[in-house]
Amino acid sequence: MNDMTKPALPLLESVARRDFLLTSGVVGGGLALGMYLPELALAADSVSGGAEINAWVVIRPDESCVIRIARSEMGQGTLTGLAQLVAEELDCDWKNVKTEHINPGQNFSRKRVWGDMSTGGSRGIRTSQDYVRRAGAAARMMLLQAAADQWKVPVGELSVDKGVIKHAASSQSTTYGAVAEAASKLTPPDEKALKLRDPRQWKIAGKPVKRLDTDDKLDGSKKFAVDMVLPGMLCAAIHQCPVFGGKLVSFDESKIASLPGKPKALRVDESTVAVVADTWWRAKKALDALPVVWDEGPNAKVSQADIIAHLTEGLGAKEVYVNINEGDVTKALSQAHKKVEASYTSPFIPHVCMEPMNATVRLSDGKAEAWVGTQNAEGSMATLSQTSGIPLANCEVYKMDLGGGFGRRGGTQDFVKQATLIAKQLPPGTPVKLLWSREEDLSHDFYRPIARAKLTAGLDAKGHMTALNIRVSGQSINAWVNPAAVKDGEDERQLQGFWKAPGDAQLGYSPANLRSEYAMRNTHVPVGPWRGVNTNQNGYFLECFMEEAAHAAGKDSVEFRRALLQEHPKHLAILNAAADKAGWGKPLPAGRHRGVAQFMGYGSYSAAVAEVSVSAKGEVKVHRMVLATNCGHAVSVEQISTQVQGGVSMGLSVLLAQSSVAKGRIQETNFNKLPITRMVNMPHVETVIAPTFDFWGGVGEPTICVVVPSVLNAIFAATGKPVRSLPLSNGLKLV
Amino acid sequence: MAKLNVNGKVHEVQAEADTPLLWVIREHIGLTGTKFGCGIAQCGACSVHLNGKVVRSCVIPLMAVKEGDKITTIEGLSTDATHAVQKAWKQIDVPQCGYCQSGQIMAAVALLAKTPKPTNAQIDASMTNICRCGTYQRIRAAIHTAAGNSVAAAEVMANEHTVVI
Repeated sequence: MNDMTKPALPLLESVARRDFLLTSGVVGGGLALGMYLPELALAADSVSGGAEINAWVVIRPDESCVIRIARSEMGQGTLTGLAQLVAEELDCDWKNVKTEHINPGQNFSRKRVWGDMSTGGSRGIRTSQDYVRRAGAAARMMLLQAAADQWKVPVGELSVDKGVIKHAASSQSTTYGAVAEAASKLTPPDEKALKLRDPRQWKIAGKPVKRLDTDDKLDGSKKFAVDMVLPGMLCAAIHQCPVFGGKLVSFDESKIASLPGKPKALRVDESTVAVVADTWWRAKKALDALPVVWDEGPNAKVSQADIIAHLTEGLGAKEVYVNINEGDVTKALSQAHKKVEASYTSPFIPHVCMEPMNATVRLSDGKAEAWVGTQNAEGSMATLSQTSGIPLANCEVYKMDLGGGFGRRGGTQDFVKQATLIAKQLPPGTPVKLLWSREEDLSHDFYRPIARAKLTAGLDAKGHMTALNIRVSGQSINAWVNPAAVKDGEDERQLQGFWKAPGDAQLGYSPANLRSEYAMRNTHVPVGPWRGVNTNQNGYFLECFMEEAAHAAGKDSVEFRRALLQEHPKHLAILNAAADKAGWGKPLPAGRHRGVAQFMGYGSYSAAVAEVSVSAKGEVKVHRMVLATNCGHAVSVEQISTQVQGGVSMGLSVLLAQSSVAKGRIQETNFNKLPITRMVNMPHVETVIAPTFDFWGGVGEPTICVVVPSVLNAIFAATGKPVRSLPLSNGLKLV
Repeated sequence: MAKLNVNGKVHEVQAEADTPLLWVIREHIGLTGTKFGCGIAQCGACSVHLNGKVVRSCVIPLMAVKEGDKITTIEGLSTDATHAVQKAWKQIDVPQCGYCQSGQIMAAVALLAKTPKPTNAQIDASMTNICRCGTYQRIRAAIHTAAGNSVAAAEVMANEHTVVI
């Protein structure tokens, strides 16, 4: 699969990338906008070099091991984790590891030697781990073979540690850097036949190492896509029709003609106007001054109450998609000693990447280039190609690390499309940086879909759950993205976490009678995957209901769950791990109460225990959270615990605010109306990592689905009143 | 033409008087470590120091900055990231995506200048910048570390992760 004859590509030092580094990257601020230094750009080429052992590993004479990373880095630490996996098999010195990103045009031109680049679904590590470890192992074999050839000894007599190769019998030693050039010319071994190291014996992977990408985040030198500067670059601000589905009728450019920055107004698409100027601030000012006429269309009448009523109708609808139907739920409920029923509501939630949506595009000489923070670089390139009409072979996307992703910068490449549509209207070769305001970001997201659920359980005389009916009524992401793919409302994804099939998002509980149903109720509001996707809503629905059922049964919350998890030992084990670490059942300081939850998503098992107090004024304080995860293999333990903390923070935000609809548009358009978790809200978070080494699960997402219900269940314990809607209301407030 | 002292260097800037300091710093002076997050002084991504005090530069118009005022951005905090706060951030490995961290560091430096050994409550009260990745626990530990309060830092990091095999 690898092209062994080519020298290492200076991957990051392509001409366009150099432009950027040298024009915007000069510290000290002496440069004016877009100054271009071609002679320095040429000098930058010599920085690279070294020998490409295979597509993933380049070794330089100075012993640095450059590990190539095809997945996107958005803070989740995948870059460090993937490098750990390669380095583990390569047996190099971790101190010498450097990384560089692959761009999708490079992947395209080398027949996708780096595989899938998209980064979502908590797949970055788990679906890359096999081939990147094999690449590391293959590179090690080739480096050893090169040394053996040089010394004319059998390769089996060599040993290697931290990139130093030794032949004990002849007391010879050499280094990876010294043999890399020769190794790069060897025929690669059959990677599939390689034996990989037992993960229980790992020395670099699975160990707490510092991130590889921290330094430039501490001194302002890191360049995000929003920081792009190119020679002659213009900046664009956009305004999309506030009502989803509305149309742009007209705008009066004459009113902004005299404003500074040579502003020019453009129609981007049927619902979007942009102003392009020499700086973004001037473009934004002119856009604010631009008279725009919208046709808001029929959706301008839609209210939040309309949408809730639509979903509520789905809770009682007769025609629904039934996913699981085991035993006889109707009969079991009718014969139950006690019946428990409750309905819950989960609102639209925005992603809120701190780096607002942006992309820089340049179209010139039949070539299309984009600089963008993207979770799906190949999707960005496809969008660039389709929108510009320039073939993929003449496109390149320069991947920038993301200032937050959370699902917003994945499948939907609206920002790349818009930047390309703007660039098409500018003189050829003119780069344009499109940047959204926060107001655009919060009012034109692809929101976490709104949903309601009604759960019904039957309990026997001993308080054991004999029947469970789960009815979800809500908006389908699949139906928004690709309506043709959803037939008769049969969208299993909306029941994520309630699945029978093992391995990904399996329901842990096994009542004798079980039915799960989905009533698809779509709205005019765009929806998309939001970190954790449907596990968030479904984990909250189920685990808050389990708490109400345990309460009705008069049982301890953990004991009640344990009884129903006996058929799924991994679910049970992670619940126990969280309960043990949290000291479940042990006394708490006065006024504190515990709540628990367990759920499965993205191939991983999660459980949480929250410690919460609620003041007489309804102030909810989360003091401590213990979260346990079995993600199968723990590659980067530091990143696992920080991802879990991120999940806590993001989960708590859902208790603070929502995106709500009035007159067809989103009302919460900036942080003054949309509070986000801040330092004061953050509890002490403890993470228990309990890998069982028999599968590979995800890490970035499967935490939020237990954070929210465990906190809500602790509030229930404190107040005696279950919480059935989000954000917190009825006098409760997260502090 | 306005004269602006940023990181000890005087810049002559041709920008409209109502241009927010954030955009003067980013687009006219070319220092991009200071970030745009909300434009209404809510998130703190744009935090810089104005005469030693932390301010949210997205709502300070250029005309409000006097010629003798001293502005410090993340780029001017130290050479080679050697400020105690930057070193503590490195030691604790605080950043995830990193986008808000310039602002977080500037806010933390200002807090420690005023309150050299802050309590958790003082950190809560003054560190109001938004981090969507949720690095708050490590920010708290790093502030205690920068303050030389290793006991408080250890308390924050206690049981951060436990591997059970």
